[in-house]
Amino acid sequence: MNRILAASLLGLSLATSSLANAEPVKIGVITTLSGGGAGLGIDMRDAFTLAIKQSGNKDLELVIEDDAQKPELAVQIAEKMIQGDKVDLMTGIIWSNLAMAVVPNAVAQDVIYLSPNAGPSALAGANCNPNYFNVAYQNDNFHEAMGQYANKDYKNAFILAPNYPAGKDALTGFKRYYKGALAGEIYTQVGQTDYAAEIAQIRASGADSVYFFLPGGMGIAFMKQYAQSGVGIPVTGPGFSFSQDVLPAIGDAALGVKNSATWSKDLDNEANKKFVEAFKAEYKRLPSIYAAQSWDTANLILAALSKASVKDKDAFRTALKAADFKSVRGEFAFNNNNHPIQNIYVREVVKEDDGVLTNKIIATAFEDHKDAYAEKCGM
Amino acid sequence: MFTALLIEQLLNGLQLGVMLFLMAAGLTLIFGVMGLINLAHGSLYMIGAFACATVAAATGSFWIGLIASLAAAAGVGAIIEVAVIRRLYDRDHLDQVLATFALILILSEGARWLFGSFPLYLDIPPLLQGAVPLPGGGQYQLYRLAIIGVGVAVAVGLYLLISRTRLGMRIRAGESDREMIAALGVDIGTLYTVVFALGAALAGLAGALVGALQSVQVGMGEPVLILAFVVIVIGGIGSIKGALVGAVIVGVVDTMGRFLLPSMLALTMPASQATTIGAALASMLIYVVMALILAFRPSGLFAAQS
Repeated sequence: MNRILAASLLGLSLATSSLANAEPVKIGVITTLSGGGAGLGIDMRDAFTLAIKQSGNKDLELVIEDDAQKPELAVQIAEKMIQGDKVDLMTGIIWSNLAMAVVPNAVAQDVIYLSPNAGPSALAGANCNPNYFNVAYQNDNFHEAMGQYANKDYKNAFILAPNYPAGKDALTGFKRYYKGALAGEIYTQVGQTDYAAEIAQIRASGADSVYFFLPGGMGIAFMKQYAQSGVGIPVTGPGFSFSQDVLPAIGDAALGVKNSATWSKDLDNEANKKFVEAFKAEYKRLPSIYAAQSWDTANLILAALSKASVKDKDAFRTALKAADFKSVRGEFAFNNNNHPIQNIYVREVVKEDDGVLTNKIIATAFEDHKDAYAEKCGM
Repeated sequence: MFTALLIEQLLNGLQLGVMLFLMAAGLTLIFGVMGLINLAHGSLYMIGAFACATVAAATGSFWIGLIASLAAAAGVGAIIEVAVIRRLYDRDHLDQVLATFALILILSEGARWLFGSFPLYLDIPPLLQGAVPLPGGGQYQLYRLAIIGVGVAVAVGLYLLISRTRLGMRIRAGESDREMIAALGVDIGTLYTVVFALGAALAGLAGALVGALQSVQVGMGEPVLILAFVVIVIGGIGSIKGALVGAVIVGVVDTMGRFLLPSMLALTMPASQATTIGAALASMLIYVVMALILAFRPSGLFAAQS
């Protein structure tokens, strides 16, 4: 009897002590910090840590790991974070093939995952999950906007993207709204840096425009080679192909190119002005779209934490879904499948007075756009 | 129009092959003379590109950058040889692979620390900008033609160096019997450093040339390194001639596969399916070719005497 009493007393004291000093909320961040895609992941990490630093919230603990853009490595890190570090939330993945390797497994173990970038279609429809929140976009969205916009000027487009989930979503999205003919459709290797063979096919195809989705170093290589090839057919792309992380390396070849995005540096709202100023002051460079999405992800988490404890999963999911935060993209809400409902803009690459290349919004392609897979989601 | 496209794609394959040759020549030379597997060769390629981009940005001249890339890659190569590689000649290949893999990590992180993770800007020199007309109505990028020219010049230069000069004689002697030439009074240590620096300089040259075409960033060397290993395995490890032939085979097969496979498959299946499957098949094509060649010539096309 005494033993049982002692044990229950011990149990009680443990329970109260854990109540007294609230455990910090652990957030696992898996992102790409090395290799050709590192620029994207570093912008993600920098904006995320800056948002948390500025909030002054001391109860957050970040576990940041580099996935080197390798799915198998990302899976190992995720397992370690869930089993070893016992993280409450996860975020950070840039690439859709890595997201597909990590997210379904993580959310099945009742870990809440917030995507700051990748939005593969496979996770937006029938396989949507209450633990999976996409704060960025569904992969098709940017491309749908450019497909819509292409109808204005072009009748015979040549389209190309890398051979991985986001690349396929990209061309599917483009074709969903584009009404003209296709002069050609190519899937390239992920991480490919020489596009001579593809450019030769574009030249021979008789296309009136080229639409390409090549994020990171791939896009830099393509644009530089394209500009030198003498092909001269106008190019368009999603914002990723002309994002702030790659513009300086592409150089003047990008000037005047139209691209689509949910965010731009010149988007006129208070949250965005504050974000751009803070990012420039801290890191001495302009933020990219990846930084903007990740800033929003951090602020969404902070807003939800102020309403509910992360230990009460149901309440916390409800708090996340309310999306009660000031997005740098302006109006922001979650659809039934936990993917955003948001505006998508068309931007143009311009040179500012100080010689820095950046983007400027010239049109709105969609207002309050929803993705095409939401109705297949049972939530 | 199809002939023009075909000529353009053949030139693309040749250009890729020539670039691979610059990498593979150094790799195979180092293996042939010193018996060393150097995984850090891709890092020397990266160093060449970074040196060229940095110097070109500072001076405004691509050509000074190109000289800097040769000097930087050769310099770093010589330092690495003296500091690390020299201790590995008597070890087995596993130790060499481990040590040179560590060098990749050190050099990549070093470059990231110095230059940051964002790609650097390096543009084609004004002299080589633009495209030239091809027979059959096509056009071809002038800079890529120049790369082919540089590759041919390097191949001829290496041939002359190895067959006609005293240094070349020592390299050949070192390949066949290193104890004997050491016994004959040749300073084998210096010879090794020179060969390693020469191989490094070729990798640096390739990095600088390609950097202007693609993007200069940390980790750019590793994908090329894998292809360069395929090249020397096909060509026969240790043989410069094999490296040249292997590089051209890999370059042309890879380019033609990426171009022809999807369009051939499109004859029998829907276009979007054909492009996906074609792209997947094309990316394994060079490895299939390598396996086939090894099935018939297990030590490569031009195996050096073992």
